Amino acid sequence: MLSKGLKRKREEEEEGKEALAVDTWWLDPGHPAVAQAPPAVASSSLFDLSVLKLHHSLRQSEPDLRHLVLVVNTLRRIQASMAPTAALPPVPSPPTAPSIADNLLASSDAALSASMASLLEDLSHIEGLSQAPQPLVDEGPPGRPTGGAPPSLGALDLLGPATGCLLDDGLEGLFEDIDTSMYDSELWAPASEGHKSSPEDGPGKEEAPELDEAELDYLMDVLVGTQALERPPGPGR
Amino acid sequence: MVLQPSERHYGDWNHRRLGPWCSPTGSPAPLSCETGCGEGSWILVCRLLVPTQVSLLSMEEDIDTRKINNSFLRDHSYATEADIISTVEFNHTGELLATGDKGGRVVIFQREQESKNQVHRRGEYNVYSTFQSHEPEFDYLKSLEIEEKINKIRWLPQQNAAYFLLSTNDKTVKLWKVSERDKRPEGYNLKDEEGRLRDPATITTLRVPVLRPMDLMVEATPRRVFANAHTYHINSISVNSDYETYMSADDLRINLWNFEITNQSFNIVDIKPANMEELTEVITAAEFHPHHCNTFVYSSSKGTIRLCDMRASALCDRHTKFFEEPEDPSNRSFFSEIISSISDVKFSHSGRYIMTRDYLTVKVWDLNMENRPIETYQVHDYLRSKLCSLYENDCIFDKFECVWNGSDSVIMTGSYNNFFRMFDRNTKRDVTLEASRENSKPRAILKPRKVCVGGKRRKDEISVDSLDFSKKILHTAWHPSENIIAVAATNNLYIFQDKVN
Repeated sequence: MLSKGLKRKREEEEEGKEALAVDTWWLDPGHPAVAQAPPAVASSSLFDLSVLKLHHSLRQSEPDLRHLVLVVNTLRRIQASMAPTAALPPVPSPPTAPSIADNLLASSDAALSASMASLLEDLSHIEGLSQAPQPLVDEGPPGRPTGGAPPSLGALDLLGPATGCLLDDGLEGLFEDIDTSMYDSELWAPASEGHKSSPEDGPGKEEAPELDEAELDYLMDVLVGTQALERPPGPGR
Repeated sequence: MVLQPSERHYGDWNHRRLGPWCSPTGSPAPLSCETGCGEGSWILVCRLLVPTQVSLLSMEEDIDTRKINNSFLRDHSYATEADIISTVEFNHTGELLATGDKGGRVVIFQREQESKNQVHRRGEYNVYSTFQSHEPEFDYLKSLEIEEKINKIRWLPQQNAAYFLLSTNDKTVKLWKVSERDKRPEGYNLKDEEGRLRDPATITTLRVPVLRPMDLMVEATPRRVFANAHTYHINSISVNSDYETYMSADDLRINLWNFEITNQSFNIVDIKPANMEELTEVITAAEFHPHHCNTFVYSSSKGTIRLCDMRASALCDRHTKFFEEPEDPSNRSFFSEIISSISDVKFSHSGRYIMTRDYLTVKVWDLNMENRPIETYQVHDYLRSKLCSLYENDCIFDKFECVWNGSDSVIMTGSYNNFFRMFDRNTKRDVTLEASRENSKPRAILKPRKVCVGGKRRKDEISVDSLDFSKKILHTAWHPSENIIAVAATNNLYIFQDKVN
């Protein structure tokens, strides 16, 4: 899928790295060994890795609940440790009940995170429209087909809104035509309307215009390419 | 080790009892008896392959048999993912050993009978029966495939000539009856020998049909199917000491079944929160007490064990005892919770202790002391500094099992690089052994292994960075009364025996 000349995704590069190096930077910030390491950057890496794992886990046809719960709990730990360090440029103080989505926007990689958040949101929005009706809301992750996040795992709010709307609209929402305006390329202008509104959006939007154009183009290609693969034929098509 | 390609009936498992398909070489080994850990004195009895591989071999029969050797079998392209062993279990006498695999198949091995002529062959296990327990299913309501992988097998105690076992995949538990037939009636009046009806006009005399011996036939039949009771993935089943009930546990619930009733079960534990947003913990394993039919334990992903008494209430959401060790502050990290997640819990045979396995340790708990374990054994502490990488490649989520020996004096668990570890609770000694083709000659004594953590590596040691994390020993079993162990390494089943000097 990659065109010539484009870099591989940053996340792939990270995951393909060294086998088993001794590392201490992932230790709790309270640990003495961490004094030698750059904790903010390290935590951020681990945070990104965890988010990827979470996303990957949710995209399974039937997620392993144990794996999911452990990754989410680890993510919460990292998030909790990242908030006080706040060594990152314009990071607002976290709200009283931080959600993962909010903190994604508040992190130093605000621009990339914003794109990632909107990417995940729109993916789930598209897939949410084509899902079969769910028997019960509380059946949880095992009942969900690919991509659609269980609205019940609230820590995953960033994946929530689409499926929440689906349930609110009831079954009628399933039979609406898919809004093709979503696939127009203008959508992927920086800091566009894809974001959830939240107090942390301010700094996110300020950061977005500085997003590397090549990176943005790449994200757009990936998204469009992914959509072409994953979007099943909806009603009326 | 040489296989016996002369045993031709590879495709016909259910209806023939096969001879050994591995013949040991070397001098006869004496019988084992009750000893301790016996480090340095474990020998390989045989290595058993799943039938798929052996049938591939039989197709090559025109090849010189000398070519059918270890190097041929070492070619991993012959091993399919369906052959990966996912559970191993001895029955209550140790006469039978059952394995389940990812392909939904159950293979039962039987111990070679003792014979005066070939005393060294005792201790070998041969295929007794193989059958397809679970098939891949499709849940049409949820548009999900249900894996056929056998998660657990549990034997029922033998009460008549037939054997009974429970096998389960993610969603459905089945009760199988395995029985032998070695006689058949002959001499019917109305049927001839081929079973065709005879013309009554031709019958002039009456005779009494007699039972005549026939070639042994082992057949497995599903007697009960316990389905549609689990929303989440079943991780454990456990037969109650009353032999009338058993339980099945998934990530959030535990159900109690009666063997006779398949269309309903009792829910005895439910940790599903009203709001799934609050879910932070799942059930990882559960087991009944070996003697007290009202008592069971279940472990969680947060490293806790709860003991419940079914007499207290119908829904055992409130535990009778709660076992948890306080976190060691010096070892605290982002991965503390993941490595504390308990992957297996087992009662001792005596019923006085429970053993738990988390990612790096095995712990023994006294039922009367809830605040900490009485013993902790380090399985592979050298991985503690590698947790981030193990998190990255998901190895940190591997679920290792643990087992007691018959006298509860030794415990065993697996590790990576096809290593498995034994800990003697009395002498406090431990040993690391390896289950691999390259290093195991039949009847040769297994050499203890050592992992070098840093600094100078000695000649026979292996460094941490050279460990193969794709070769993991997750499933092991210990004979109930003798020092015979079964170790599953991917698609191979190794049987080791303690050689008595």
